[in-house]
This record gives sequence, structure tokens and C-alpha cells, in this order.
Amino acid sequence: MSSIGTGYDLSASQFSPDGRVFQVEYAQKAVENSGTAIGIRGKDGVVFGVEKLVTSKLYEVGANKRLFNIDRHIGAATAGLLADSRHLVEISREEASNYRSTYGASIPLKYLVDRVSMYVHAHTLYSSVRPFGVGMILGAHSAEGPELYLIDPSGVAWGYHGCAAGKAKQNAKTEIEKLKVKDMTIKELVKEVAKIIYVVHDEVKDKAFELELSWVGEITGGKHELVPKDIFVEAEKYAKEALEESDESDEEEL
Amino acid sequence: MATSMISKNREQAFMSNLTPDWLKTELTTGTTIAAVEFDGGVVIGADSRTTSGAYIANRVTDKLTKITDKIYCCRSGSAADTQAVADVVKYQLNFYQMEMGEEPLVQTAAHTFKELCYDHRDNISAGIIVAGWDKKEGGQVFAVPLGGMVIRQPFAIGGSGSTYLYGYVDSQFKKNMTKEECLPFVANALSLAMNRDGSSGGIIRLAAITKDGVERVNLTGNQLPKFYEDH
Repeated sequence: MSSIGTGYDLSASQFSPDGRVFQVEYAQKAVENSGTAIGIRGKDGVVFGVEKLVTSKLYEVGANKRLFNIDRHIGAATAGLLADSRHLVEISREEASNYRSTYGASIPLKYLVDRVSMYVHAHTLYSSVRPFGVGMILGAHSAEGPELYLIDPSGVAWGYHGCAAGKAKQNAKTEIEKLKVKDMTIKELVKEVAKIIYVVHDEVKDKAFELELSWVGEITGGKHELVPKDIFVEAEKYAKEALEESDESDEEEL
Repeated sequence: MATSMISKNREQAFMSNLTPDWLKTELTTGTTIAAVEFDGGVVIGADSRTTSGAYIANRVTDKLTKITDKIYCCRSGSAADTQAVADVVKYQLNFYQMEMGEEPLVQTAAHTFKELCYDHRDNISAGIIVAGWDKKEGGQVFAVPLGGMVIRQPFAIGGSGSTYLYGYVDSQFKKNMTKEECLPFVANALSLAMNRDGSSGGIIRLAAITKDGVERVNLTGNQLPKFYEDH
């Protein structure tokens, strides 16, 4: 670790001789240390799921949430440094609010993502600042249908049918790819999201975690909100049962 | 000294009597404007008179002002103020269109007008009707009256001539009119107001805005709808 930057990693405003910006790559590493966050876009909305690692038994249940409301119709899930996440959430909310007061309508998610990713990117250009250690997943549902984006610490943003950030993003993406997400409703997807979070969770390295689930779609009336208690419990039960079944079949194979 | 003061005052008084009113009075579109929603678009209309006091500064004014391809506004009040406001909104919405890569909503245009009219309500006199078509809500009419309010209405009338019209439009407006029914509804209203209101007159300018664009019609003096004059 000590030799990799060789002096080119002290500032986000300098390239290394082979054309890399180490500070940005370190920020991406910071995201990969965090519990996994995923977002899936179905045919009638978007579902978010977060594996919130609980590092102390002394925390209150539900503390340090990583699912946020940006505007009535926009939700966000984050992976990475929580303080950085909260700052980006505040910036996003201001952007949504400014749009509403200027144009008298809800901000289109595409435009919000453009603005926020420009802000994130600006923090990769100056020696006086550090990049954000955050992967931010943004989703919304509007008259034109559901939308899902992921903003990376470099300031790059892509639109997705399903995306993941954090520790187990590779595993999570593989799990998402197994689903026919385009044909699924968010009611069906919410169970799968819960299952994926349970499947990718590493019981050995990270002991305790809390599952967070939220959605926005036709059945929520275009409003982003936490998944209601009864549906949450059902989804979590489905996830745990699926996990037990796979454990049992593993044992049989052995 | 005293005599020269008196003569100077007299001279000023004399000169001011010689300066006609219309050279000093602000140009106003003492106007009649109207707009109606129909399924698939809007019909908007205006008279064509611009006055400066009793003087008709322009008898063929176009008060139907383009903001975007499918959003127009009808202007009433100070000609200078409404032109300035329309120019600013046009600029802002053109910028919006480039930034967002899509046409702004009529609601957004109306809100932009409102923002300017409300912020400068103490310094400008502008009564504007914003109307147009967008893919989300179809044909829409928004009234932005003097104080800078904004409200969507199935139809709207404005300008000094509109005071003579409330009875007519309230009795003749029907829900779900077609474009073909809306055009004479607006033309009749404008013609009636132009007969009674000294500050309205000239020709009738009409436009129908739909998803396919704008269709404009002008009715000159001999084509104006007639009422009791026939009897």
C-alpha cells in the first residue's frame, strides 16, 4: 500500500504518469468498505435495499439510516462514508427544492443526477478538496416510468436496470442479473432485494446488520417511502427462508 | 428677475399645452385577450389595438407572442413591460430546452412568467395569459393577472375589454368544446369587447396550438363577427 501512489496520490488535482487519479481510486475503495446497497428498476417502480452493518450493540435500532428521501418522488440509497452521503443528500435536496421553486414542477431525475454528479466531479478537480467516498443510487418514478441511476466518486453516473455499490457489489450484481427485472413488479422485487442483501451478507466478517428497504412506484402513488412494516416482515422472512434452504442444500451436497 | 421667472413658467405651461398627450403617455395594450382549452390543444385570441392615451399607436399589433414552439402568451398592460417579460421568459425557456433536452411544460412556462411578474409586481403592469400544449397535460391555459398570481383555468379572458365579457363567456362556455367550437367562441367574445371597449379594436388575431404546432388566423374588419348591428 505504501508504494502504490509514489507521491501522485497526495492531491486529487494531479494525474499519475500512467494517467490515473489516485485520490479518486481511494474514494472508490472507501465505498467498497461499506455495507452493500442495491437498487432495482422493475416495470412499475424502483426498489432500494441496504445492508446496514451494525458495528456496536450500543446503537439504537434504526440509527444511521442509509436510505433517504430527496424529493417526494425521488429516493436514494448510499454506500460509503455516511457523513459524505448525508452531505450529498443535502445537496440533492437543495437541487430538487430549487428546481421546484424556479419551475413549479418536480425535478426530473435525469437532471438531478446531472447536477449532483457535476458537483461530485468538481471535487475531483481541486487540490483543496477530497473526493466524496460515496456511491449514491438514485431512483424515481414519474409519468414516463421508473428511472434508476448510480453516481460514482469520480462523478460518473449511469442509468441502470439494476445496480449495486459497496462491499459485495459484484455478488449482488450477479444475483440481480439472474432476475428478469424488466418484467417484475416492485411488489415481487422487494422480496428479491431482501433476499439478495441476505445472500451477499458475509456472516463471518460482518456479524450484525440491519436490512433497509424502500421503494417508489405505481403502488406508492409515485412517492418514495420505506417499505411498510407488514411487507417488510414478509420480504425479510422470504429472504431468511431462501437462505436457510440454500444452506441446507449445501449441507446435503457435502 | 421676477419677471423672467414668470415668463419661464408661462413658457413651460405654453409648451406643455402644445405637447400632445400621446407623446408622453405610456404605450398600453388596453386590450382584450382570451384563451380556451380543448381536448388536444388551446385556442388563443387577441384584438390588435395599442394605445397611448386616446391615440392608436398601432392598429395591427400582434399580442399573441411566441415563447416556445408550442407555448404562446397573450399580453395585456404596458406594452414595454409585457414585451420585456416575454423576452426574458423566452430566453429562460430556450435555455431550459437546451439544458434538459426536451420542451418545457406549459406549467413551467406559466410559473416562469409568475416568478417575474410577482417579483416585480410593484414596478410593472402586466396581465398575461400563458397557453400552449405539452405531452404531459395536453392543452392548458394559465392566467397570470396583475399581482403575479398563477392559476390554471379551462378558459381565461384578460385586458380592459374583458370586463364587458364575463357575462358572455360564462353563459356561452361549455365543457369539452372542439377546436372548431372554440374558434368562434373566442372570436365572438373579442368582437363584442372590441365594440364596447374604446381601448380594444382593430382586427382579431387567433391561434390554435396542438401537438402538431400552431395554426394562425386573422379576422380583418369585414370578417369580424356581428351581433345586434344586423337587425
